Amino acid sequence: MLSHRLARRVEGREWPTYLKQRAAETQSPLLQRFFAAGCPAPDTPIGEAPLVALDLETTGLDVQRHAIVSIGAVPFTLDRIPLARRRHWIVRPSRPLSRESITLHRITHAEVEAAPDLAEILPELLETLAGRLVVVHYRHIERPFLDAAIRARLGEGARFPMVDTMSLEARRHRLSPWARLRRWMRRPPVSIRLPDSRRRYGLPDYHGHHALVDALATAELLQAQIAHHYRRTVPVHELWS
Amino acid sequence: MDTEILEIRQHMGRFPPFDVLDDALLDEVAGRVEVSYFQAGTDILHLDQELHELCYIRSGAVEIRRRTGELYNRLGEGDIFGQFSLLRNNRVRFPAIALEDTLLYFIPKDVFQHLCEADEHFADFVELERPRLEAAVEEHRKANDMIITRVRKLLTRYPVLIEASTTVQQAARQISEAQATAALILDAPDGDPRHTFTDSEDRAWRLRGILTDSDFRTRIVAEGLPPDTPVGELIGNRPITIQSDESVHEAMLCMLRNNIHHLPVLYRRRPVGVLHLSDIIRYETHSSLYLVSNIFNQSSVEGLARLAPDVRAAFVRMVEEGADSQMVGSALSSIGRSFVRRLLELAEEALGPPPVGYCFMVNGSMARNEQTVVTDQDNALVLSDDFEPTRHDAYFADLAQRVCDGLDACGYPYCKGEVMATNPRWRQPLSVWKRYFDEWIDSPTPERLLHSSIFFDLDSAYGEEAYVEQLQDLLARKAPQSPRFLAALARNALNRTPPLGVFRTFVMEKDGKHNNSINIKRRGTAPMVDLIRVHALACGSSAQNSFERLDDIDKTQLLAPGAGGKLRYAMELLSMVRIRHQVYDLQHEYVPDNNIEPENVADSERHHLKDAFQVLSHAQKFLKYRYPIPPHSGRER
Repeated sequence: MLSHRLARRVEGREWPTYLKQRAAETQSPLLQRFFAAGCPAPDTPIGEAPLVALDLETTGLDVQRHAIVSIGAVPFTLDRIPLARRRHWIVRPSRPLSRESITLHRITHAEVEAAPDLAEILPELLETLAGRLVVVHYRHIERPFLDAAIRARLGEGARFPMVDTMSLEARRHRLSPWARLRRWMRRPPVSIRLPDSRRRYGLPDYHGHHALVDALATAELLQAQIAHHYRRTVPVHELWS
Repeated sequence: MDTEILEIRQHMGRFPPFDVLDDALLDEVAGRVEVSYFQAGTDILHLDQELHELCYIRSGAVEIRRRTGELYNRLGEGDIFGQFSLLRNNRVRFPAIALEDTLLYFIPKDVFQHLCEADEHFADFVELERPRLEAAVEEHRKANDMIITRVRKLLTRYPVLIEASTTVQQAARQISEAQATAALILDAPDGDPRHTFTDSEDRAWRLRGILTDSDFRTRIVAEGLPPDTPVGELIGNRPITIQSDESVHEAMLCMLRNNIHHLPVLYRRRPVGVLHLSDIIRYETHSSLYLVSNIFNQSSVEGLARLAPDVRAAFVRMVEEGADSQMVGSALSSIGRSFVRRLLELAEEALGPPPVGYCFMVNGSMARNEQTVVTDQDNALVLSDDFEPTRHDAYFADLAQRVCDGLDACGYPYCKGEVMATNPRWRQPLSVWKRYFDEWIDSPTPERLLHSSIFFDLDSAYGEEAYVEQLQDLLARKAPQSPRFLAALARNALNRTPPLGVFRTFVMEKDGKHNNSINIKRRGTAPMVDLIRVHALACGSSAQNSFERLDDIDKTQLLAPGAGGKLRYAMELLSMVRIRHQVYDLQHEYVPDNNIEPENVADSERHHLKDAFQVLSHAQKFLKYRYPIPPHSGRER
């Protein structure tokens, strides 16, 4: 119980302790395996950490009303993103699909109806993520949606450290003195959306809104961000949240 | 195809050498790529480091330096590097530095090796030891050629897909929103797996048809249909389509043949785009292939005959631009077939529709897609079995006369051996043709063997293709089981032999005699074609082109390992010597022929010619041994 409350404000170096505690307390063998695999130690240099880029496509932005439609994941390192290891799942959302999200994700009702429930692919998903540091663009989608979806199926949620490439962009473009100056001058803030962020690093435009393409795009963005603004030796606890 | 790697395969598919790969290979590459980002100024490859991957630039720019540090080459989007190291000792010989922020795709060595083995163009491209820039110029030229450029390279966007139940008004809106000029109409599968495809998420569909801008005018507005008519009611059931790895040239022919301006492009059975005629015209810079559309615009034999000089000009230009014998042969055959088709259309306009079905069959080099500019016509008519000579033959005799006269006027002289549709013997119903083929195979005589060597290269040029297909099938079924026929045909293929070699001023014959010139067709390409035909018939291949036949032969144990490759090389060389000789004649305003004079052959080519003759000679010896006369001749299964 304690650990659940703790989960809302786990940060920095506390993540390994939290995961260990969850491993000890959980009733689900699936989650036990996942939590026991842990995450890289807080002082691991980002250049040596095993990473996995993750992206969810959802029927909307509200975790109370919307659900997951598809999941893309690519295990990678700072040096290489091997596409051969890519994973992509379509799942049947527990809540109805709206017309907008159909057009957005290029997925139809029929496709979704034929898809399995998230419970069926959860073992594969957790195995793909286990022991790796998860990288997302905007963790406030991935974290609550996964947590809620797992809670609905296993009776308890799952939170874990994430490197959020959007926060890394925000640190530079929203919180810096330069950004404050822009705001003061009433200039529009720099966009930190995925495609705009990528363009700043000379990364190519991809067709968005496909979970796997976006996961790949996020992995490439992290490689670029570290190359430009950090060293390979920066410890992961300075990046995750 | 995984939609998820579409981003990658579409990008690679636009750049050489990946642009010539077939779709399945391209998928394999895209699925195995490893991605990495390099900030401007950082090292990508160090001198002497180990390298086990090919590098592909997805975005950015890379500088390749020499060992000494001086600049060797600058590469950009779509370029590759590292291939020389992979082909040699896996050590980096030229270090690479990111000039701009660069995203690289690394292609693992095993994939690279597979590509080299599976695709000749790819192997040629990466094996050329010279600056990439130069290679790129040449590849660009090649890539411009519609014969080898694949249709998918012209596709710039996904097709607009609409379900058949959608109303025409909604469809119109969707097409406008997408700023497209056509949409593909999908429906539930009808149970026929040949037309069913599953999308990336395993949902089954059937491509019902295509709805174009002009349909809105001609089929909806003009007919006063209400806006809530479902689009499914407007379209047919079997759209004409093309595979994404077919050539642009084939796509163009397909449009011209069917008189359509939009062509749905499929990857296997799944629609990936819509090609518009203007896409091709915009792309096409090769005037030789405008010729084909020009042929179809002519309304008289005189008009067609005036195009003869253009055919020769196109031939010369193509060879000068580095086309190989297959490209030349296939282009010239397409041009020839277009003349045939147009002449038949004109004849039908004049004579009225045919009383019974027919197929205009072409034989010899046109059937094999191996035509050059020195070629006479070989053709025949295969008629429906409903044909009654007394009632119908007058029509077909007239039709044949018009086509054969027209071909003669257009630069395809009459066949001296009377192998033409004007000859009543070669203007027969399908059942008679089947009997001919049976007789020729069952009891070969010298005359029948001569017929076999002409008519067993066969293809339909116009009309009921199925008739000729049936004959091809008969041949592919029966020939492999007829050892006595194969033995006889093999012996027949040895009538013409190559000389020993070609020297600076004379041709050395095997008996030691010298000659001043040599007929490269009679002594080189023709015996080679004969020889390949025997093997092809023995393995039941229904390919007509000699190179495609060799592909089929390679799948069997008929030849020793490696022998097929040598034959291919020799065939290409002999064909190119012949083609280049004809270009030389045309450029010097001689009447082109097949007689080459040794002094006009380049030194290097002379040397290769000797090798090619030797390959042919060995292959002929093997032929006799491979197809012995069966002990109980006269009795066959």
